[in-house]
Amino acid sequence: MNIFAYDFMVRALLGALFTGLAAPAVGTYLVQRRLALMGDGIGHIAVTGVAIGLLTGTSPTITAVIAAVIGGVALEIIREKGRTSGDVALALLFYGGIAGGVMITGLAGKGAAALNSYLFGSITTISSMDVWITVALAAVVIVVAIGLSPQLFAVAQDHEFARVAGLNVRFYNVLVSVMAAVTVTVAMRTVGLLLVSALMVIPVATSQQLTRSFRTTLLLAMGLGTLASLGGVVTSAYVTVAPGATIVLLSLAGFVVAWPIGILVRRRQLLTAPFATEGDDEQDADHTVVPEAHDHEHGPDCGHRAIEHGDHVDYVHYGHRHAPHGSHYDEH
Amino acid sequence: MDPVIEIEDGAVSLGGRPVLRGISLSISKGEVVAVLGANGSGKSTLVRATMGLVPTRYGQVKLFGAPLEKFHGWKRIGFVPQRVTAAAGVPASVWEVVASGRLSRRPLLLPMRKADRAAVDDAIEAVGLAGKAKDGVSTLSGGQQQRALIARALAGQPDVFVLDEPTAGVDVASQQAFAQTLKVLVDRGATIVLVAHELGPMAPLISRTIVMRDGRVAYDGQPIASAHEVEHHHGHHHRDLHKPDSDYTPVVSSPIDHSSNREGRA
Repeated sequence: MNIFAYDFMVRALLGALFTGLAAPAVGTYLVQRRLALMGDGIGHIAVTGVAIGLLTGTSPTITAVIAAVIGGVALEIIREKGRTSGDVALALLFYGGIAGGVMITGLAGKGAAALNSYLFGSITTISSMDVWITVALAAVVIVVAIGLSPQLFAVAQDHEFARVAGLNVRFYNVLVSVMAAVTVTVAMRTVGLLLVSALMVIPVATSQQLTRSFRTTLLLAMGLGTLASLGGVVTSAYVTVAPGATIVLLSLAGFVVAWPIGILVRRRQLLTAPFATEGDDEQDADHTVVPEAHDHEHGPDCGHRAIEHGDHVDYVHYGHRHAPHGSHYDEH
Repeated sequence: MDPVIEIEDGAVSLGGRPVLRGISLSISKGEVVAVLGANGSGKSTLVRATMGLVPTRYGQVKLFGAPLEKFHGWKRIGFVPQRVTAAAGVPASVWEVVASGRLSRRPLLLPMRKADRAAVDDAIEAVGLAGKAKDGVSTLSGGQQQRALIARALAGQPDVFVLDEPTAGVDVASQQAFAQTLKVLVDRGATIVLVAHELGPMAPLISRTIVMRDGRVAYDGQPIASAHEVEHHHGHHHRDLHKPDSDYTPVVSSPIDHSSNREGRA
């Protein structure tokens, strides 16, 4: 079977491609700010938006974008004012959004079934109009996420430094919220509102198992997200499975593979990393010569932790302290 | 004398609790100022207020003569915030973290130019992390992370450095490396404001000491080694707090300050 022979499959693949690129791009900034669940919170708000669309007979996509953007900005304001902690603010949005959605859908005289295609995605029924909206919005998100990456990175990494560097921190925070809101609604048709956060977060979590820099994390996450979403759509063309759930499970499978590799890589790095634990026990300085052979001289760059000890500096060496003494080291 | 940082009768409240009161001071170009004080004395808040990170309740903060809200020359200021951790939720390499120090000098949406890359490389070199540029910051020791944050401020090539506890929790070797970096900046004529608990190897570089206690300036003058020295002669100095700025003359010599090269630019 040639899947490209079907128009609906081509549309589905296009939607999946752009969603798979955009969701992890925004997700990287959310994870960097430790707001991994923000996409989920916005997704729940968007449920209310969809329901309003169903009630008023307007396009649920448009009402969902509006509701999601309002929700995302509200979340950012609640968070910034600092009166409510980030996770409590998220919880408020979660429950408010989903309860509002269910109630308004009921008012519209439709059952919960009407919400289903938005909650869990229905990429193969996506119309060509929806595809173009998806592609256009996702393209904007991708361009902003990459074009402004130095600024967004700096703000998410250290907002105080960013502010003293003259960046408008609030603008960039709200920008990330709006990007997340747009991405949620874009991904609504692909993976569904309840699973959208997975496509924003899991590729990033997978990618950072293997990377050391932000740039490679971002790009690898986008690649992984694209692979998973295209893979999910193609799989669902041959096997009768829900594409949204397949996309998420494929991403998770990627994480399961990358995780042990990441642990191995980090363990190898630890061998060369500086000594981390502090052996701060204050013992009397006996003249006990270190019994083991030394293949290097302790100094500022030897990688062993230096501790001030009276008039000299000790170096923590596998759980005990070495003090330079002439040609050898004493135990301190 | 060009004032770089000025506060006129500044007061700061955090969560309704007064943290700073009646702060008036002026820091001039080329000064190397240590802000000392116990935990909770308001020394960090003082510095954060001058950077606009906490709002002032009363009074006025000026940077380079411009009121804070109208100040746009942020590229002239290199800020090293108190280190909680240099690592965020996503890995970032030392080079990337230091490169964000160039942002105040880079136009929006354009890639880094040669000069930007060179400045980042130089800054990393200056703090002795050259071999670690590609490593993730989270894999560095506390002292190395702090050095990366200092490099980030250096990368912007500012002429004012504001450092909030740059040596807190940093091993002695890194402290000595930091003092050497600082000396290079002092010799170049940089203005430096440094919040510290203990000065350690930085002490010989300081030209003026401000001691904070209970949200007020308890001492402002010749360099002293630690905040405890002020405890003894603290009677009721409060009326002295509002002495005019001109009363202050930059210190060119003091018992522990032997760098005579500072005379030239005072």
